[in-house]
Amino acid sequence: MLQAIADIVRLDGAEKHFGAVRALNGVDFHVGAGECVGLVGHNGAGKSTLMHMVAGTLRPDGGQIAVRGNQEASYSVARALELGIRCVFQELSLCPNLSVAENTRINHPSLAGLGWRRKAADLIRAKLDEIFPDHGIAADDIAGDLSIGRRQMVEVARAFTLTREPLHLVILDEPTSSLDAHTAGQLLSFVRRFVAAGGSCILISHVLGEVLQNADRIVVMRDGKVVTADAAGAFDRDKLVAAMGGAGEHQKATAETRKVAVGALRVRARPARQQDGKELAARAGEIIGLAGLAGHGQTDLLLAIFSAASRPKAGVEVTAPVALVAGDRQADGIFAQWSIAQNIGIRSLQRLRDGLLISPQREAELAEFWKKKIGIRTPDMNNNIYSLSGGNQQKALFARALGSDAEIVLMDDPMRGVDIGTKLEVYDLLREEAAKGRTFLWYTTETEELDNCDHVYVFKNGRIVANLGRDELTEEKIIQSSFGDTV
Amino acid sequence: MTALAPGTLPKSSPRGNAARARMLRSLLPALSLALVLMAIAWLNPRAISYFGFNLMLNLAIPIALATIAQMFVIAGNELDLSIGTFVGFVGCVTATWLRDAPLIGVAVLLGSIGVYALLGALIHLRNLPSIVVTLGMSFVWQGLAILILPKPGGKAPDWLLAIMSFKPPYIPFPILAALLIAAIVHFGLMRTSYGVILRGSGGNAAALRRAGWSLLKTKIVLFALTGLFGVLSGMALIGITTSADANIGNGYTLLSIAGVILGGGEFVGGRVSPIGAVIGALTLALAASPLLTFMHIPPDWQVAANGAILIIVLAARVLISRRER
Repeated sequence: MLQAIADIVRLDGAEKHFGAVRALNGVDFHVGAGECVGLVGHNGAGKSTLMHMVAGTLRPDGGQIAVRGNQEASYSVARALELGIRCVFQELSLCPNLSVAENTRINHPSLAGLGWRRKAADLIRAKLDEIFPDHGIAADDIAGDLSIGRRQMVEVARAFTLTREPLHLVILDEPTSSLDAHTAGQLLSFVRRFVAAGGSCILISHVLGEVLQNADRIVVMRDGKVVTADAAGAFDRDKLVAAMGGAGEHQKATAETRKVAVGALRVRARPARQQDGKELAARAGEIIGLAGLAGHGQTDLLLAIFSAASRPKAGVEVTAPVALVAGDRQADGIFAQWSIAQNIGIRSLQRLRDGLLISPQREAELAEFWKKKIGIRTPDMNNNIYSLSGGNQQKALFARALGSDAEIVLMDDPMRGVDIGTKLEVYDLLREEAAKGRTFLWYTTETEELDNCDHVYVFKNGRIVANLGRDELTEEKIIQSSFGDTV
Repeated sequence: MTALAPGTLPKSSPRGNAARARMLRSLLPALSLALVLMAIAWLNPRAISYFGFNLMLNLAIPIALATIAQMFVIAGNELDLSIGTFVGFVGCVTATWLRDAPLIGVAVLLGSIGVYALLGALIHLRNLPSIVVTLGMSFVWQGLAILILPKPGGKAPDWLLAIMSFKPPYIPFPILAALLIAAIVHFGLMRTSYGVILRGSGGNAAALRRAGWSLLKTKIVLFALTGLFGVLSGMALIGITTSADANIGNGYTLLSIAGVILGGGEFVGGRVSPIGAVIGALTLALAASPLLTFMHIPPDWQVAANGAILIIVLAARVLISRRER
């Protein structure tokens, strides 16, 4: 009995079906007080569904949920908030038209009456200062104007603000996916402090190192079930990957050197704020990495190259068709009302045309080809794109770019919130395509991914500060350049 | 970790640009109003006077109120195609029942606001497109208006006539009323804590639901507010024209949508501005007749000129937004 009360939340035999898909298949799960539980698993393993259930946004089709030992018959978001359970969802859930303070108000019904604006602003500012010193966010900034990383910082900080409702458990679903290494570190050390003070936390992340270092206990999910759960110390990286299933054999395939046949110059670009002569050059068959802290001009340069492909631009030279794989896939990547096949075909309309119209047959062929090639997990490519899990949506966006005639593919941190199995598959595909002569420009916030690149440009304050070859590429070097006091 | 601490994040310039572009955009409605005023002053300096403004802005109050009404539904990502005929319906009720049998008149007007609230509930619960529902309702309101007042006539209640012909010292009444409307709605929608929730429902409905708010309630409130301001608009209109006609408000539907957009609002995303909407309504009201009459443009072309103003302002907005990127 004592055990049951020490549990903040306990699910017994939780089930959830979406049509024919069994998202959760009898899951037992609990979180104790003062505990950080790491939750890992492939995309589509059921992690997000489970968390929606704990947060009260989804009702279980079967099984029971108990909070602090009390059965909750009609569990809902409002009830969860009342009991001190909050969630930071993977998809950003700020209102882009509201200010940071106003977004804070949305989560706190008690922030009302005279002077609520000042109270809300003070509340969020104090929490941002506590978690992310030097965050550079003002309380009256409009959320839509902030970079995706800063939006994530606001959202995380908002979940930890305290007014009338208690705060016992915070669910963090991929909280670091849009943060650079520095801010991610700030967040994780705050989580440790929060847990040490008696709070509880569920940490979902595809960055296994984060989970191993910060969780007290790790729960591994696969195919809608919990496959194993144990103290974090009992796992290491390989064990986790093995428990998640698949992807084990890939391991460090990246380390083997790749013969690069250096081809013709494809892109030459100088960032707008570059003052010295440094510029980015990419040749056919190369994979070029863009590194540095998030939001230091990498995306701007990619967009400059993208627009230079259709109309000439000073300082940028592009000699082949270009495609872009967006990082913020909800905002910039996906056509929400369209099917998977339509989302893939949009970049290749010229080839899909039959007379004046788009040939549905050719569109379906293209979609089927990429479904097999890149492994999009869906029964039907004519389903809406949102029927896919996040990682599979991203695969569809890769298929859009790779299925097109583009010889240059720009990637704007595309692996955000994608599971490791999918990542390894995509890495292989990228190398294969590069060997065929395609050029990849790849901005990433995850240093491990840079191992796949032939060349890495490090950005700081909108300028290229370092140009590292494959053999001189180390994490220290990148950190050194991105933090170093260059001009 | 401490070694990395000095690496402070720089103030990102894109955000600075975005804030500047936002600022410019919020000034655009005022700028276009100033331009129209300058054109009028140049064409006929005598128009810029107490008497001139009273004359030129004669119909500005009902237009501003209808625009505010439209703004509330747009804040929730919906559109009201029935506001014009609704204003006509209210006008007919005002010129007949509200004068002859005030109790029935008040009950009918309150009931019509209730109908708007129900429409909001229906649209939310059945997930219907508001354009279709309100288009259907526009015929209902028009039909009711014709039933009440088959041919033009009726008379406004005396108290209403007295209010609308109020002549305050120094500042023309329409300008005073516009300031008042803008201030009240700005406070209610932009500054109160529940106003945030209403705007948030247009910005990211899913986020609101996850925070435990009722989207049914926000939609009902937004539609009820539209009904309320529609009623005020119809009453103000009759207070000016003194008698009613079933078709009197038909032009208001598109005028109100244009006013919201001209005032910096957007069709989706909960981005609206009450002050901008009132300014947009004033611009449209000014540009509609006096300016064009001074320019000796025949009435047939005045609608086109109105459209031209709209296109120019929206084009300027697109240009500013593009710089934002």
